[in-house]
Amino acid sequence: MIYLLLFWSFFQVGLLSIGGGYAALPQIQNQVVELRGWLSLSEFADVVTLSQMTPGPIAINASTFVGMKMGGVFGAVVATAGCVTPSCIIVLLLAFMYAKYKNLQGVRGALDGLRPAVVALIASAGVTMLLVALFGGETLPPVIGAGHIVSIVLLAVYIAVLRVFKVNPLYIIAGSGAIGAAWYFLSGRLGL
Amino acid sequence: MTIKKNLKFYFKLFASTFTISAFTFGGGYVIVPLMRKKFVEKLKWIDEKEMLDFVAIGQSAPGPIAVNTSILVGHRLAGVAGALVTVFGTVLPPLIVLSAVFLLYEEFKSNAVVNAVMAGMRIGVAAVIIDAVITMAKDVLKGGKVLPLLLMAAAFAAAFFFKVNLIIILGASALVGIAVTFYRLKRGNGAAS
Repeated sequence: MIYLLLFWSFFQVGLLSIGGGYAALPQIQNQVVELRGWLSLSEFADVVTLSQMTPGPIAINASTFVGMKMGGVFGAVVATAGCVTPSCIIVLLLAFMYAKYKNLQGVRGALDGLRPAVVALIASAGVTMLLVALFGGETLPPVIGAGHIVSIVLLAVYIAVLRVFKVNPLYIIAGSGAIGAAWYFLSGRLGL
Repeated sequence: MTIKKNLKFYFKLFASTFTISAFTFGGGYVIVPLMRKKFVEKLKWIDEKEMLDFVAIGQSAPGPIAVNTSILVGHRLAGVAGALVTVFGTVLPPLIVLSAVFLLYEEFKSNAVVNAVMAGMRIGVAAVIIDAVITMAKDVLKGGKVLPLLLMAAAFAAAFFFKVNLIIILGASALVGIAVTFYRLKRGNGAAS
């Protein structure tokens, strides 16, 4: 039953991505790439890339994309419903209890412990994506070629521009796409 | 303030969240200022302080912040029915757009130029994620405390090198946070958490 599996997988993504934004990244990778094998790692990287250029949270975008791939429009709807169901239940409960428990020491302690772990999980997913972006695989290649060095230099430049000039990430992504196309035509012409 | 809960109200609630969601590129926090502008400043349905509380809850609950915050806004304005309306409004734009994107992706993924563009963009996206991780890590490590640094290093090693189940990592770090908080409380300097 692919629809049940889609619902259940994205239910877990919704339930376990704490902290918003990129927090869903490791959970999606875990469910979709590692556990179910619905997407290859490079397809997953593509979904993340497409998510950055389209409206909506990454988790919803990934639900729709994977759902479409595995079960058409109905699959997309089921996966997306799975993804938001935990939010609906938990956030409504929190809305009721917020005033009562917001200063509870245990809750604050748990959040204090979770925050660094969430950052670490995002970093881990980020490094995996980085290896795919630079070398096309999950591990370092035995030989670093000319193309790899160009990729590494580009990466360093993008990070520097983001850190120093605080530009909108959308420009970096669009620009990197344009550079990718330019490199393709150039390397074709030069026979690299 | 009282708002008439007629069909027009629900439509406006849906249309507002739909439009906001359709223009939230990249997801995450981008939606917060847009929602504030619409519901606090323009419609005056929610006051400033409430909105901040909603963002705080939306952040600490599991799931996308955009979805969580819209549930809270909908619930505040019209109960569970309102929450359902805002969730649909928030989820529909990415559902429609990504379905279309998927069809285009399947169509074009064997195209060499498209592949070159995607390969280039992967590097850009990796840079964007690394930039976000640096910013988040700085924020978490602010104040030079040792525990968050240790937790972060341990969680990274567990996830990246040892492929430990993510639920175990999150559960363990929450337990460490709780244990440390209660240990500090017992020692009598619980004021600094």
